[in-house]
Amino acid sequence: MNAPLPVPLQTSLRVPVHPLLTKRGWIALFVVSYVLFVLVPSAHLLLPAGHPLHLSDYFVTLTGKIMCYAIVALAMDLIWGYAGILSLGHGIFFALGGYAMGMYLMRSIGRDGVYHSDLPDFMVFLDWKAYPWYWSFTDHFAWAAALVVLVPGALAFVFGYFAFRSRIKGVYFSIITQALTYAFMLLFFRNDTGFGGNNGFTDFKRILGYPITAPGTRVALFAATGVALLGALLLCRWIVTSKAGRVLTAIRDAESRVMFIGYNPLWYKLAVWTLSAMLCGIAGALYVPQVGIINPGEMSPANSIEIAIWVAVGGRGSLVGAILGAFLVNGAKSWFTQAFPEYWLFLLGLIFIVVTLFLPRGVVGLLSGKRR
Amino acid sequence: MDMRASSLRRVVAAALLALAALVPSLPARAMAPEAVRALAFGDNDAKIAALGTLVAADDPQAVPFLQALADGEVQTAGESQVLIVKGAAATDALTGASVSPLPEARDDVVINNRVRRVVAGAIAALKLAASDRAIRLAAVKALQGGADEEMLPAVKKALAKETDPEIRGLLELTQATIQLSSPDRATRVAAIRALAESNDPSTKTLLLGLLERKGDAWAEADAEIRAEAEKSLRSVEGRLAAGEMAGRIFSGLSLGSILLLAALGLAITYGLMGVINMAHGELIMVGAYATYVVQNLVRSHFPGAFDWYLLAALPAAFVAAALTGMLMERTVIRFLYGRPLETLLATWGLSLILIQAMRTIFGAQNVQVENPVWMSGGITVFANAVLPYSRIVIIGFAAAVLALVWLLLTRTRLGLFVRGVTQNRPMASALGVPTGRVDTLAFGLGSGIAGLAGCALSQIGNVGPDLGQSYIVDSFMVVVLGGVGQLAGTIYAALGLGIANKFLEAWSGAVLAKIAVLVFIIVFIQKRPQGLFALKGRMAEA
Repeated sequence: MNAPLPVPLQTSLRVPVHPLLTKRGWIALFVVSYVLFVLVPSAHLLLPAGHPLHLSDYFVTLTGKIMCYAIVALAMDLIWGYAGILSLGHGIFFALGGYAMGMYLMRSIGRDGVYHSDLPDFMVFLDWKAYPWYWSFTDHFAWAAALVVLVPGALAFVFGYFAFRSRIKGVYFSIITQALTYAFMLLFFRNDTGFGGNNGFTDFKRILGYPITAPGTRVALFAATGVALLGALLLCRWIVTSKAGRVLTAIRDAESRVMFIGYNPLWYKLAVWTLSAMLCGIAGALYVPQVGIINPGEMSPANSIEIAIWVAVGGRGSLVGAILGAFLVNGAKSWFTQAFPEYWLFLLGLIFIVVTLFLPRGVVGLLSGKRR
Repeated sequence: MDMRASSLRRVVAAALLALAALVPSLPARAMAPEAVRALAFGDNDAKIAALGTLVAADDPQAVPFLQALADGEVQTAGESQVLIVKGAAATDALTGASVSPLPEARDDVVINNRVRRVVAGAIAALKLAASDRAIRLAAVKALQGGADEEMLPAVKKALAKETDPEIRGLLELTQATIQLSSPDRATRVAAIRALAESNDPSTKTLLLGLLERKGDAWAEADAEIRAEAEKSLRSVEGRLAAGEMAGRIFSGLSLGSILLLAALGLAITYGLMGVINMAHGELIMVGAYATYVVQNLVRSHFPGAFDWYLLAALPAAFVAAALTGMLMERTVIRFLYGRPLETLLATWGLSLILIQAMRTIFGAQNVQVENPVWMSGGITVFANAVLPYSRIVIIGFAAAVLALVWLLLTRTRLGLFVRGVTQNRPMASALGVPTGRVDTLAFGLGSGIAGLAGCALSQIGNVGPDLGQSYIVDSFMVVVLGGVGQLAGTIYAALGLGIANKFLEAWSGAVLAKIAVLVFIIVFIQKRPQGLFALKGRMAEA
């Protein structure tokens, strides 16, 4: 399928083939890995709390959380920056991954809940006698981890198949994804859905047998998130530099022409869309044990739109830009909501406007423009 | 067993009551002292019997005493003194004289739920004789809830005197409800037949109780009575179903008109101009806050005209939202025409700023917008279907706004320009249409209509900084479903979604209904991405 026309169009224009990473890129990757996996853990674990170089719990958790967001931003950039599809519902995949991990964490609580029952507290409260069917086997970490990618992946595949098949694109697609996440938010707010309703999952005690708030666990989760982030970056980089990635960019720029040449955009879009959703699921799964709570608020349309602005701030169509944007916006958010909680929404709103009006290529565009 | 025992007690009480009615020696000027003492000192059965006596004596003086009893303000002192104690002041229940100082040793008169219910019934029964129609109506409605056999004589007496048809009807139903447990078979059958005229949901429960099965035996042993109950139940159910249907269609229409109001402005800015305005909900909010401000101004400066503050609020809401919208268009949206995704993000940013601005100015809490007096109340179509005036007014208002927009778009020069720019911008420009100014004005019009929607919504819902957020998804759904570029689609989509939502709601609950509607739209868009009413020809592909 998708074979090119019998007589391939020969063009003298050579498309430059990018290596996976340049030499400088590999060096940067090595430096970042050293910081993430050696410097931060030792500064947190080995140095005493009063030491000037000691990194606090707050810092490690916050950085871990923002790294999860950065994975989401990568996933978003893949689909928006490279395939031109703006999803306003990526929060749903993030939250589904989080809920899948949350199910495992809830069952790991065991009988240590408020009611000392085998069932999670919210089920005791609802007077349920047994787990609903979709909770089966979630006490096994492997199955929960599989659900983390399978559930968002399956939802994205089914939804994407129907949407891309009828060639829904542009704003229509954005609005429908927004409606989708809104519908899921309403669904998860219900107590009867079996995911804790309003309160979601919280009060986790342990993960894989280790106490979840211990410094060692925290650093392990932090490192796992770092591995996932760098892995996602390499994976995305590999995709966008591959031939499929070139087709994807071509679809973004002129979908009709790509079809006339003989490619079927459906499968390219669907594959990258599903992959993007799975990455979000992984990010959500790493986010929940670090933050300690997952609730339907994560699925609110506002959250999903914010993901888009991370990417826009960093620079669409630049993977490093997406990560940078996630760190910039969320760093600003953590600082602002503490220092001037009144003004955060003003600033966020201004970011939305200024970036769309004056920085179409984001901060990365600004930097590279200056260098030239 | 328990039921039979209590009905036996009721028979005894009724007999006592008949006796009491026969004895003519009761003094007319005050409550029967034996009854008052029985109420204060006797056991529960004695208390209920005494209540019957008081009701039969039909003495309005007993009302304050019974009220005090219900409120737990009656105390006893010594062997025979009954006191009504309110705070530090006490009066003797029998003589009415104030008692001071209070006796040291006093006991509260405690009543259980059964007695409490009969007390409430007795108060209502005594009020049945009041001269004020409103009091009588309230009393008979209270009696319907917990009618007891002891009240039957009072009900009968009231029925003999009552002339008001509404109260009469209610009294007859109350009488039938009481007679349902009468020992006389003919009376019961008559009562069941009378109940067939009811359209009160509680009657249905009552009749269903007769038709219940308990194990192998019927709850009601008499087959003929069961058959009668079955017949009555049918007719009550039929009437209730009609009421429910009417109520549902009405609330569907009401929701539809609200959706229409919220989406109409969007149909202009998005449908005609192609601008994705995520701040549309916040323009609705601006209109609602403008209404709030006007309300406060009218209240503080022209309190006499408060009932008509909406007349001033409507233009204020329109202008406030229109100016906000035009400002947005001039400063931000104008630079993003033709880049819908960027417009979406930038207007989202604008919406965040508007939300925070309202929070800073008016506080994060909801503000209070009061209905004018003429909007409260409603038309009772059936006992279980009340159509509130506020909703009726909003349906009418939505129709009026729709007519206005339609006239503006089809009959005015501005409308002509807007349609021209929509269809072919360069050509319109070449013919001398100032497209930039038309854009601003059209955007202002769409925003102003959002403001009108906000004014209407302030009358039926909460007004707070988050008001707009709850409407944005819905209004986009309406526009997307209806199809871009014309008003007809918006109307059908809004009313269709409203009614579908309400019917699904009755069937599956509010949240699932909403989800079902959203899923339906998502599926529908797959089939017809251009919406219900698509523009034909080359336009559709643009």
